Amino acid sequence: MPDLSITLGKLKLKNPVLTASGTFGYGEEFADFIDLGRLGGIVVKAVTGKNRDGNAYPRMAEVPGGMLNSVGLQNKGVDYFVKEIYPRIKDFTTNVIVNVSGSTLEEYVEVAEKINELAAIPAIELNISCPNVKQGGMAFGNVPSSAREVTNAVRKVYKKDLIVKLSPNVTSIVEIAKAVVDGGADILSLINTILGMAIDVEKQRPVLSTVTGGLSGPAIKPVALRMVWQVHKGVKVPVIGIGGIMNATDAIEFMLAGASAIQVGTANFIDPGVSVKIVNGIEAYLRFHKINSVNELVGALKTD
Amino acid sequence: MSARKFIQDFTVLKNIRLNPRHFVMELLAPVKLPALFPGQFVELYVEDSPRTFLRRPFSIHSVNTATNTFQLLIQIKGEGTKKLSSKSIGEKVNVIYPLGNSFTLPDTSDVLLIGGGCGVAPLLFLAMQLNTNGINPRILVGGKSKKDLLELDEYRKYGEVLITTEDGSEGEKGLVTDHSIFSKEQPGFKMIYCCGPDPMMKKVAEIAGKYKAGCEVSLENTMACGFGVCLCCVTQTLQGNQRVCVEGPVFNAKHLGWQKT
Ligand SMILES: Cc1cc2nc3c(=O)[nH]c(=O)nc-3n(C[C@H](O)[C@H](O)[C@H](O)COP(=O)(O)OP(=O)(O)OC[C@H]3O[C@@H](n4cnc5c(N)ncnc54)[C@H](O)[C@@H]3O)c2cc1C
Ligand SMILES: Cc1cc2nc3c(=O)[nH]c(=O)nc-3n(C[C@H](O)[C@H](O)[C@H](O)COP(=O)(O)O)c2cc1C
Ligand code: FES
Repeated sequence: MPDLSITLGKLKLKNPVLTASGTFGYGEEFADFIDLGRLGGIVVKAVTGKNRDGNAYPRMAEVPGGMLNSVGLQNKGVDYFVKEIYPRIKDFTTNVIVNVSGSTLEEYVEVAEKINELAAIPAIELNISCPNVKQGGMAFGNVPSSAREVTNAVRKVYKKDLIVKLSPNVTSIVEIAKAVVDGGADILSLINTILGMAIDVEKQRPVLSTVTGGLSGPAIKPVALRMVWQVHKGVKVPVIGIGGIMNATDAIEFMLAGASAIQVGTANFIDPGVSVKIVNGIEAYLRFHKINSVNELVGALKTD
Repeated sequence: MSARKFIQDFTVLKNIRLNPRHFVMELLAPVKLPALFPGQFVELYVEDSPRTFLRRPFSIHSVNTATNTFQLLIQIKGEGTKKLSSKSIGEKVNVIYPLGNSFTLPDTSDVLLIGGGCGVAPLLFLAMQLNTNGINPRILVGGKSKKDLLELDEYRKYGEVLITTEDGSEGEKGLVTDHSIFSKEQPGFKMIYCCGPDPMMKKVAEIAGKYKAGCEVSLENTMACGFGVCLCCVTQTLQGNQRVCVEGPVFNAKHLGWQKT
């Protein structure tokens, strides 16, 4: 029986498979399809300071090999999360990680401080792809200095494992990665969605109400894989790979490229049972290749 | 708590082409079907192709508990529905179901169902259910032309069928909302159930308001998951954004702000 367990910072996962924020609700919706206890962890959807209604519809456009979304962080705010949602999910037998989002530095800090108090949440994932209202809407994660600044501000109030989730919409992801590690990140996760667009030629209009939106699904996998590989080589902290993972083979590719764990996103929409299938598939791969521990896969890519 | 959902491989028992753009697919469940309700929908997996990446949502058109099957009425729109239209008998189709809420059963027997285009799909199942409860609804269907009217004989089994066509080739000429029953003072309905394009449903909601009748509409929206997690399908309601796949697809027209009185 190969060992699937992984340690990220202080975080102990029974296996390297997590689910990605915004694609797994609060996990409850999946209870009909899988045993949540089989997963290494789940990242619940973005929590912001105040209630957000999100963007107008249409919010989704299917494109070859993926989809664009412009959901826009719809959630009821951190106080609602703490009071109403946390009690429902705190006894899940898996790691429940909260995705923290905001549009100002103060908002990130406020949310992180409140989540820090929740005993059953072992880590947060800081979503720095959000637009910074004070910087004309430029995302925090797009500039090394503001990425470092927001990470550092949250680091000061957040005592447990701090995961920072990187945006791929940058010139050099390694530079941003170094900046957030410098700011105090324990773990990095990447990638968030890639900015994209779809057009309806009959109407001569954009398909999404917001014109542009975030691309996810297999279409982004090669880009995500390249970025994980570059970041793994560029920083010392563990990396969680995300982007277009549909099956165990995809997950193993990310691990070979340097990911210590992976998140499954859009694939959950097509097969709500896929995350557990990926756990089983990784185990079968290790067994077949007579590898004792999943740790041996991490960064094992041969390039000579 | 919503009802338990399943993901299962169904078998295609029938695939009947009604006209060049519509077909009815009958699917056999692998185990005994759970209770299904009119208004609910299913998500079909098409096949692994880059252009049909996501599942496709369809309303349940009818259910036969004796044969353990349900039927879908599907309009061929793009790649996904085209592929489904060419499924052969005996092939498997992966289904996530039952999804969404359902029509609330009326506290009156004066019921009118209104369907435009492929919007008739969930109304057959509703008409069947009403019949089981001893109600014979009137069923108003509209289309561009006679050839767009589907399965009229099926609907006639469950109630009186009224028809409008835009070119006047069958029934009254005009849109469903132009039908002569809506010029009567006592049109004889206290509850309307409606499914079709949004502008039509909004107009129907206004008419319901005029007659102080209840009105429920079934909405469509872009869906990535169909079971409540992606928030891609929300619609505006008086209580903020709600998910068409969970809080809907059936909404009270008043709840949407479409019906004032
Ligand atoms: C709750 C619900 C119930 C539905 N019931 C029926 C039904 O009973 N019969 C029927 O024929 N159609 C129904 N539809 C519409 C049906 O889902 C679409 O026509 C179908 O997905 C089109 O797929 P395609 O690949 O052929 O078309 P394409 O246009 O190529 O599809 C491209 C993408 O757009 C999405 N899309 C296109 N049209 C719609 C639409 N109207 N609503 C939502 N997503 C859409 C597709 O799912 C796909 O992701 C329903 C939709 C919803 C949301
Ligand atoms: C509908 C949808 C909503 C998302 N919401 C969030 C979010 O709230 N916070 C976040 O950090 N990422 C969010 N993401 C990004 C995913 O977590 C993930 O990084 C991305 O989709 C790439 O992975 P995938 O290709 O496996 O989906 C969302 C993605 C989708 C498709
Ligand atoms: S389609 Fe995903 S929430 Fe409705």
